[in-house]
Amino acid sequence: MTNITNDEVDVVIVGLGWAGSIMAIELAKEGLKVRALERGPERPPEDFAYPKPADQYAYAIRNKVFVTPRDAALTVRYNTGETALPTRKWGAFVPGNGVGGSGLHWTGVLIRPTQTDIKLKTYADQAYKRGALDPDMRIKDFPFTWEEIEPHMDKFDKICGLSGTTGNLGGQIQPGGDPFEGPRSNPYPLPALHDTLNSSLFAATARKMGYHPFPNPSANVTQAWTNPYGAQLAPCNYCGFCSKYPCLNYSKASPQTTILDVVKRMPNFDYKTGANVIRVDLHADKKTAKGVTYIDEQQREVFQPAKIVILSSFQFANVRLMLLSGIGEPYNPITERGVIGRNYAFLSVGDATLFFKDKHFNPFATAGATGEMFNDISPGNFDGPGLGFIGGAKIHSSQASGAPIGTALPPGTPAWGKGWKEGMVDWYGRAMKVSISTSCMAYRGHYLDLDPNYKDPWGQPLLRMTFDWRQNELKLQRHLRGIVLDIAKELKPDAMSENFLGLDSHWDITKYVSTHNVGGAIMGTSPRDSALNRYTQSWDVHNVFVPGGNAFPQNFQANPTALIGAITLFAAEAIKQQYLKNPGPLVQA
Amino acid sequence: MPKINLSRRTLLMATAAAVPLVSMPTYRARAAGLEGVELQRYQPVFFAADEWRFILAACDRLIPAEGKGPGALETNVPVFIDQQLHAGLGGDVYMDGPHKADAASTLGFQHNHTPQQMYRLGIKLAAQYSERIHRKPFDQLAPADKDALLSALEKNVVDFTELGEPSLKASQFFGQLLDDTKNGYLADPMYGGNKDMKAWVAIGFPGARAAYTEWVDVHDVKYPLGPVSLSGKRA
Repeated sequence: MTNITNDEVDVVIVGLGWAGSIMAIELAKEGLKVRALERGPERPPEDFAYPKPADQYAYAIRNKVFVTPRDAALTVRYNTGETALPTRKWGAFVPGNGVGGSGLHWTGVLIRPTQTDIKLKTYADQAYKRGALDPDMRIKDFPFTWEEIEPHMDKFDKICGLSGTTGNLGGQIQPGGDPFEGPRSNPYPLPALHDTLNSSLFAATARKMGYHPFPNPSANVTQAWTNPYGAQLAPCNYCGFCSKYPCLNYSKASPQTTILDVVKRMPNFDYKTGANVIRVDLHADKKTAKGVTYIDEQQREVFQPAKIVILSSFQFANVRLMLLSGIGEPYNPITERGVIGRNYAFLSVGDATLFFKDKHFNPFATAGATGEMFNDISPGNFDGPGLGFIGGAKIHSSQASGAPIGTALPPGTPAWGKGWKEGMVDWYGRAMKVSISTSCMAYRGHYLDLDPNYKDPWGQPLLRMTFDWRQNELKLQRHLRGIVLDIAKELKPDAMSENFLGLDSHWDITKYVSTHNVGGAIMGTSPRDSALNRYTQSWDVHNVFVPGGNAFPQNFQANPTALIGAITLFAAEAIKQQYLKNPGPLVQA
Repeated sequence: MPKINLSRRTLLMATAAAVPLVSMPTYRARAAGLEGVELQRYQPVFFAADEWRFILAACDRLIPAEGKGPGALETNVPVFIDQQLHAGLGGDVYMDGPHKADAASTLGFQHNHTPQQMYRLGIKLAAQYSERIHRKPFDQLAPADKDALLSALEKNVVDFTELGEPSLKASQFFGQLLDDTKNGYLADPMYGGNKDMKAWVAIGFPGARAAYTEWVDVHDVKYPLGPVSLSGKRA
């Protein structure tokens, strides 16, 4: 293996997804010399010109733009007494890979957490009697206020061209929007997506039942949009290939469409693809990093010196790099000492599929974020304490994609043979879903560490995930099931199937849930129980910043991208305003 | 939708199975890509002759010709499977050991077989089972017996451990075969299956049209246009 040393840069960015791209443009605009290292390949927009992405088999079945399990498997176990086994194929989640990361093929649902989600521990302490919740629960507040983070969510909305209906403008509740959303400093930049038949039916029924539905907030833009960086997006044409697909129409906000086209033209920014960072190199005192080491496409080991290191790869890849590099003490679930790996959380989904023999839903005519949702069942908006659990869900009817492989058929339809075939002919395009996407709390025994048995192709240990459903989350599922089935019955389908967790369910890694993995290197107010401060700065190594879903202390019911964008912008602001002038810890421990 | 009759299926089966495959000229089909292949003239690139007969017969029962909609043979599904296995299906899987084949099913695929190995082994063991029960190869069974055997694979009634395979379950082989069969039926024709987009026509999926700005506001009306493939063909 050849050893090469690159020229030093001010900032090295590991992973060129949303967080890395935001950091790249914000810090390059400050005049810093910025270099990004991306493990996967280049993914230029021309690769996704019509009709290439209109290919369900390549993108949604064979995971064309995702990292392979061969290169990036984790191991999974339910509790510390078990031997973890590798995710040999992706199932429950599918992380992205290459330039743009998961931001290239997300569905584009760009919704914020609520004010309660930001201060969940405070809410729990106020609303729940002592001892009412699982003693192993380890939820925390985010270490900033709504007022501090909102301007950054607002900026990210504008970067993406958020399309939707405003619910709360500066404290004034607006008609048609989400009355439970936190106050916005500005209205949504663009109007909402059009409703498909399922969205209209769901919204009308939910409204009749006293809920407050609103259109899914969307980063599939509804009108031509020029963002604050000068990047332009075109109106979504409801192509029907969105979640798991790159956009064929320059309509879905992605790092490519909103940032990279601009930052690539700056002379003080460059990036390398096929650059697999294997560690952050620390100085002897372990207080600062001197750069990172990566394996390049010729399998050479390359040292990249840098004054600031940004870890902005996928949530669990960030945590793994910290563990591999000795940044911060690994978490121990027995002693509860250590900070790297703690508070891992996933989320659950569930749905009822409603079949109507005489309705045409034309499921292929849809944007990724198409749908209506309501937030009445999120923490603080209903009687969670009386029901004995904390958490909540967005309840929605979405039509994210309508391509036919995997079409749900009515209960009793055979899995193969003439019955299956005729089921496809009779029922494709005649079903809608009512779904839940839930919060997920953090627990003492749910964490990430390095696996002792399995290694990646570069000889480094895989990340090990210890996680399973807890009673709090399963009780929440049962409650939500009741609500969904009530809505479903009102819609009077000809047939219906349901898919919810039971109280004895284990996490099933084979069934897709979402790729909203969070935690493992969380932000907090103390280096005793968090890895990062409020600016995603490592408490231990002050020139390492780790923006991403890894920083969430638990998961909320909203999709994570809005907050990932916001905490990255918040961190970039702190680096520009404070860190460059006075490098050192931005928060005193 | 042209009506498919049984004699068409029988003809396909008979030609595909009976003709010595090595003698078939395939260059003309290749020039048109996999979309232009005729199943009777197709020479498999992954499967051996006896394996190919099994695949043809199994696909024909998993998505049969009878009833509404085209069957797997009329839509070239076996071509899709053969081509996918040849092209390295499963090359993205993490295969390092140790393998714990008896892991909880909720932890997913844990045995030590690639899709290619799974097909070769699964077909061999299914053939042994067929010979033991019926004294005939699978492809020569009556349709009801084929269905019963497939169902026995699906439900692990065929015990692969009894046949000497310690790791792979019959249901895992069946699951892979069924998934690939459905994928081939419904994927874009450029992969070799869904010939002439017949499956899309039957169910009403417009394929790669991918532009519905006007149609999104038209609710509860059947979309009027037929499918387009990635290569630009219409059906």
